[in-house]
Amino acid sequence: MAAHLTNGRVNLNILREAARKELREFLDKCAGSKAIVWDEYLTGPFGLIAQYSLLKEHEVEKMFTLKGGRLPPADVKNIIFFVRPRLELMDIIAENVFSDKSNSRDYHILFVPRRSMLCEQRLKEQGVLGSFTNIDEYILDLIPYDGDLLSMESEGAFRECYLENDQTTLYHTAKGLMTLQALYGTIPQIYGKGDCARHVANMMLRMKREFAGSQNQILPVFDTLLLLDRNVDLLTPLATQLTYEGLIDEIYGITNGYVKLPPEKFAQKKQGEGSKDLPTEPKKLQLNSAEELYAEIRDKNFNAVGAALSKKAKIISAAFEERHNAKTVGEIKQFVSQLPHMQAARSSLANHTSIAELIKDLTSKRSVQEHRNAFEADGFVFCPVASEAFFDNLTVEQEFMTGVDTDKVNTYIEDCISQKDPLIKVLRLMCMQSVCNNGLKQKVLDFYKREILQTYGYEHMLTLNNLEKTGLLKLQTNSRNNYPTIRKTLKLWMEDANEQTPNDISYVYSGYAPLSVRLTQVLARPGWRSIEEVLKMLPGPHFEERQQLPAGLHKKRQQGENRTTLVFFLGGVTYAEITALRFLSQMEDSGMEYIIATTKLINGSSWIKSLMDHPETQIP
Amino acid sequence: MYIMSVVYNRKVELYEMSWVLRDGLRDSLVAAAPYGGPIAVMKESQCLSPSVRPQLDIYTASGVTMATFPWKSGPVVQLGWSVSEELLCVQQDGTVLIYDLTGAFLRHFSMGQEVVQSHVSEAKIFHSPYGTGVAIVTGSSRFTLATNIDDLKLRRLPEVPGLQGAPSCWAVLNQDRQTKVLLANGPELYLLDNTCCTSVLPGGSPLDGVFVHIAVSFSYKYLALFTDTGHLWTGLANLQVRPAHSQVRPHPPPSVVVLWERLLLVVAVGGDTVQYPLDEACVCVGELDGVRLLSPSRHELLQEVPLVCEDIFKIASMGPGALLLEAHKEYQAASFGKCFLTNLSPEAFVSVCRDLRVLNAVRDPSIGIPLTHTQLYPLAIEVCVCVCRLVYRRLYPLAIEVCRYLKTPEYQGVSRILRHWACSKVQQKGESDEVMVRCISGRLADSPGISYSHIASKAYDSGRTELAIKLLDYEARSGEQVPLLLKMRRSQLALSKAIESGDTDLVYTVVSYVKNEMNRGDFFMTLRNQPVALSLYRQFCKLQEQETLKDLYNQDDDHQELANYYVSASYREKVQANCYVSASYREKVQANYYVSASYREKVQANYYVSASYRERYWWLKLKSLAEKEEWEELEKFSKSKKSPVGYLPFVEVCMKKSNKYEAKKYVTKVTPEQRVRAHLTIEDVEGAADAAIERRSEAEIGTVISHCSSSSSSSQRLLLDKLQRALTTANRK
Repeated sequence: MAAHLTNGRVNLNILREAARKELREFLDKCAGSKAIVWDEYLTGPFGLIAQYSLLKEHEVEKMFTLKGGRLPPADVKNIIFFVRPRLELMDIIAENVFSDKSNSRDYHILFVPRRSMLCEQRLKEQGVLGSFTNIDEYILDLIPYDGDLLSMESEGAFRECYLENDQTTLYHTAKGLMTLQALYGTIPQIYGKGDCARHVANMMLRMKREFAGSQNQILPVFDTLLLLDRNVDLLTPLATQLTYEGLIDEIYGITNGYVKLPPEKFAQKKQGEGSKDLPTEPKKLQLNSAEELYAEIRDKNFNAVGAALSKKAKIISAAFEERHNAKTVGEIKQFVSQLPHMQAARSSLANHTSIAELIKDLTSKRSVQEHRNAFEADGFVFCPVASEAFFDNLTVEQEFMTGVDTDKVNTYIEDCISQKDPLIKVLRLMCMQSVCNNGLKQKVLDFYKREILQTYGYEHMLTLNNLEKTGLLKLQTNSRNNYPTIRKTLKLWMEDANEQTPNDISYVYSGYAPLSVRLTQVLARPGWRSIEEVLKMLPGPHFEERQQLPAGLHKKRQQGENRTTLVFFLGGVTYAEITALRFLSQMEDSGMEYIIATTKLINGSSWIKSLMDHPETQIP
Repeated sequence: MYIMSVVYNRKVELYEMSWVLRDGLRDSLVAAAPYGGPIAVMKESQCLSPSVRPQLDIYTASGVTMATFPWKSGPVVQLGWSVSEELLCVQQDGTVLIYDLTGAFLRHFSMGQEVVQSHVSEAKIFHSPYGTGVAIVTGSSRFTLATNIDDLKLRRLPEVPGLQGAPSCWAVLNQDRQTKVLLANGPELYLLDNTCCTSVLPGGSPLDGVFVHIAVSFSYKYLALFTDTGHLWTGLANLQVRPAHSQVRPHPPPSVVVLWERLLLVVAVGGDTVQYPLDEACVCVGELDGVRLLSPSRHELLQEVPLVCEDIFKIASMGPGALLLEAHKEYQAASFGKCFLTNLSPEAFVSVCRDLRVLNAVRDPSIGIPLTHTQLYPLAIEVCVCVCRLVYRRLYPLAIEVCRYLKTPEYQGVSRILRHWACSKVQQKGESDEVMVRCISGRLADSPGISYSHIASKAYDSGRTELAIKLLDYEARSGEQVPLLLKMRRSQLALSKAIESGDTDLVYTVVSYVKNEMNRGDFFMTLRNQPVALSLYRQFCKLQEQETLKDLYNQDDDHQELANYYVSASYREKVQANCYVSASYREKVQANYYVSASYREKVQANYYVSASYRERYWWLKLKSLAEKEEWEELEKFSKSKKSPVGYLPFVEVCMKKSNKYEAKKYVTKVTPEQRVRAHLTIEDVEGAADAAIERRSEAEIGTVISHCSSSSSSSQRLLLDKLQRALTTANRK
């Protein structure tokens, strides 16, 4: 059921099973039939832990979405609220409980990921705290996402940490890492860069002291933990990802491991029927390494995907042709036994060919308007780019990253504003220019701001202000632009990126090597001491901590055995960065394997979106 | 169906009692705690004149006095011990007073208001998996239960029909995780639970006579009933004679001990009896594996001989144990033989030896805890009973020795003992805070898992706030420090500790506490010194208290945030205003946008001549016109001046509305560089091909080819050939 979690270097299914066990235990605590009332935000992350079938086994008969007013009718013994500890949700729960007239029911609350005194206090003020039989917490910090990937699925993490100075997510991160260490052994070495990283490491060390004595005797699975602040590398997420998986995310958005695609391309073409009724529901696909083909092509540069797909097509059709060679009953039997696997491979191939076509349509130069219309009609608010614009956009991005004219008003951005292109796209480019120039000159910044406010509306003042607070947009102070130094020292721009058979991580952005991943790479070899100067230019402290292992748990490493590093991105990570780390794991001479953990999987658009304020929709 | 084995009994003397009792145990309330626990003795008060206060004495099982004090409260009905060796004294008015082993008063609770009037006529103290419970029956024949004295919930049981005065006898049962009362009213038996009272009959042949005694086994599994006609009924606690669906019973049910003034009768299953004459009046104490007999001079243990011992000592026994014993007698080495057993794991041997040594140590008369091996680890709890016992008696050094010797994990063993020690230490008066802190921290320093906050709260409870604060400094878990600090009204300190812990919920908790406690000015000042708390509070206000937010910004002179606040506030007002009008804000804005386009155009045209503004104006206008499908206006506009944005946008906006006819009008005006793209936009591949060939641009021809390749009509193929040819010529150049 969770095959994608077990095939990596570290068996992340242990974590999933631990989470499932805890869920079952809680459900069994509430004897009898149950209805779950969901905080809608949690359903996605929960889907990665348990499907409905598990809940059903434990007598969950109904599921509702948490909303004000009365609970929908349900003939059950228990009502369980699965909620985040948020005050506004407590008010809704109180309303629900008050309006529910049947008094034979038991109410329960399961707080995810932690129970909160503040919320319980609120329930008490509302006069319903006594109505609950069980108030419990379900510690769901790090959710296994794929064989080498853990995510906390905490949408607002970056905003909270860097804009609002709210360290709740960091606290959960530290707790999550403690849980991880309880299952996979103490991580002996901790490296970090950035203020949040420092804070998390401090909390971890403190928690370790607090739990002193209850030490676990597990041989450590991870050798190193690297904590990286997102604001150490603001540039990477702003750039358009050019891997297959990255592009799917940029264009359609992957949420909780699923992507929704326009249905037209996936219409079942049955013979004789023609295409009279097209499906109208978006096609929902799960994307993870359990799918053999996807695991193979997800990390390729999109330009290399076509070739890979056609090669795969040949292999599959050749496999089907085998049937003509099958002569004896035994051979036929063997062929038939392989059929289900082959058919799965074929349908997987069909799906990905369709997706690749969809992406190609949007990224190659044809029928601009058609697609733009299609997108706007579908309500894709921030369709990033379509064909011509995609290339123009990419060209500008690459100019910025190579340091061309970053100190002047960029005419492309100006055009985009005049044409009232999606605001997020404009902001993304503008922030990129600012980051690559270590801030914009007063004149340039003012110009952009004025243009944006006058074109898109003054309410965006708040958003611009947010971007400035997080450092994505800033005024150039007297200090000189140090981005070129960083770029040169860390080799962030590779002229001859090989997209087909890559030899460097820069292939994921067709030239740009993600700064965060370069830092990781340098840490493994030759070590951060070689880049002290650059580290000083990046925000926040860098540090190294050691955690004492209990005697007898020191690993005896075999010759040539790889070390394992857990890289934790505080504030989000992009698919392209993950790809780059996978590439490093696979490099023969790296000697290091990477497992990635993050607060949330992001891309430039979703990231910027999380920092936007919409005053007209925020009614308290 | 029972395995009819002959059961042997043995009576072992545990101690010569070192106590001096003036009148023996007669006319006294005596309570001895199970698991070799302490003994409490109180002279029956009614025998004495009211002016003389009864004396309450607490002894160890060997009769050493631990505490003695005069009883100052009301008349006591029953004494009993809790699982954690606290003495419970049930008074006639329903008050239960709790004392510790040293006779120090701990707390009290009441068994309900109505008892004050009707008086407790009988009380029983019982133990269940939930802890220690108290059951009483009042003068008005009503039962009240408290299943756990540490989590007090009184349950008044339903009335028993026809019961006048006290029942003839009763007992507390523990069945199906429920506590029930079994009582006899003359010849009838009733089972009382939370909701109802059921009349029950013991299984087997009917009994005649009136029930005078009910006894329940230590494990609540077995029951014995005794009638005034001298009949004894034994069976399971559910009143069945034998288990409902069991084929084999590994253990025969226990024997029943009947005690008269001078006679002790042991009745085994099947009716075999053994008699023990007694020289003095005794008190019987039920244990897990036997009965302890307390008399003024002796303390004895009466038990069925365990099977293992039986195997060893039975006459002519050839069991391995017996042989080993023989070998021991001959060669003086019990463990000698085990060297020859290569595959034998020595673990069992070692652990049993270890346990026996511990038992010998605690059984010493000076300690006085007569535990048997069976009682050592009841219910498989992680710490053995004897350690707890030692701790309750404040025999810390021995307890630590035992833990070390038994290799109990430090976390569960030594640390717990030390914590206990520290807790009782802080309650002592006399020593100064500094000395106390130094003494405690010195002793506890490197023991893992010590909860200083727990010790501190004990110190606070005994009125030593300063000491508590000093102790809290040693607490590693800042989360643990906060609640106590708040309780002690050290909110500033609590706030900084909460922030230190990183747990934002804790910070919120302190902040909301502080907010209620302080006046607004001080509160804001406090926050100002704690940026983390301040930003959290801001978040809270953003969602809950917008007005406070404004005050916060005002106080900090944060003009930027104040401006933002007003911006969002005014937008919100607009929305709310619009909510009354049914049209949604967005629509209205959109509408305004188009209407004002013409207005803006005027303003902007007059105002700005700068290129960018002109461009934006052109874009704005041509988009609006296309949106409203005013094609004539659009054409007029295109001719009004030379377009600063070129003419490709015109083509594009027309196509956006799928108006190919209008779009075509502008294609010719597009600059040569953009013409191919313009043709492609209106899906005119031929036109694009011509334009591309004319421009002889390799790239553009390529683009056009890529557009043709998908269809395969003959005209397309012709076109493709043409393009290919052009491409080769372009290449040649």
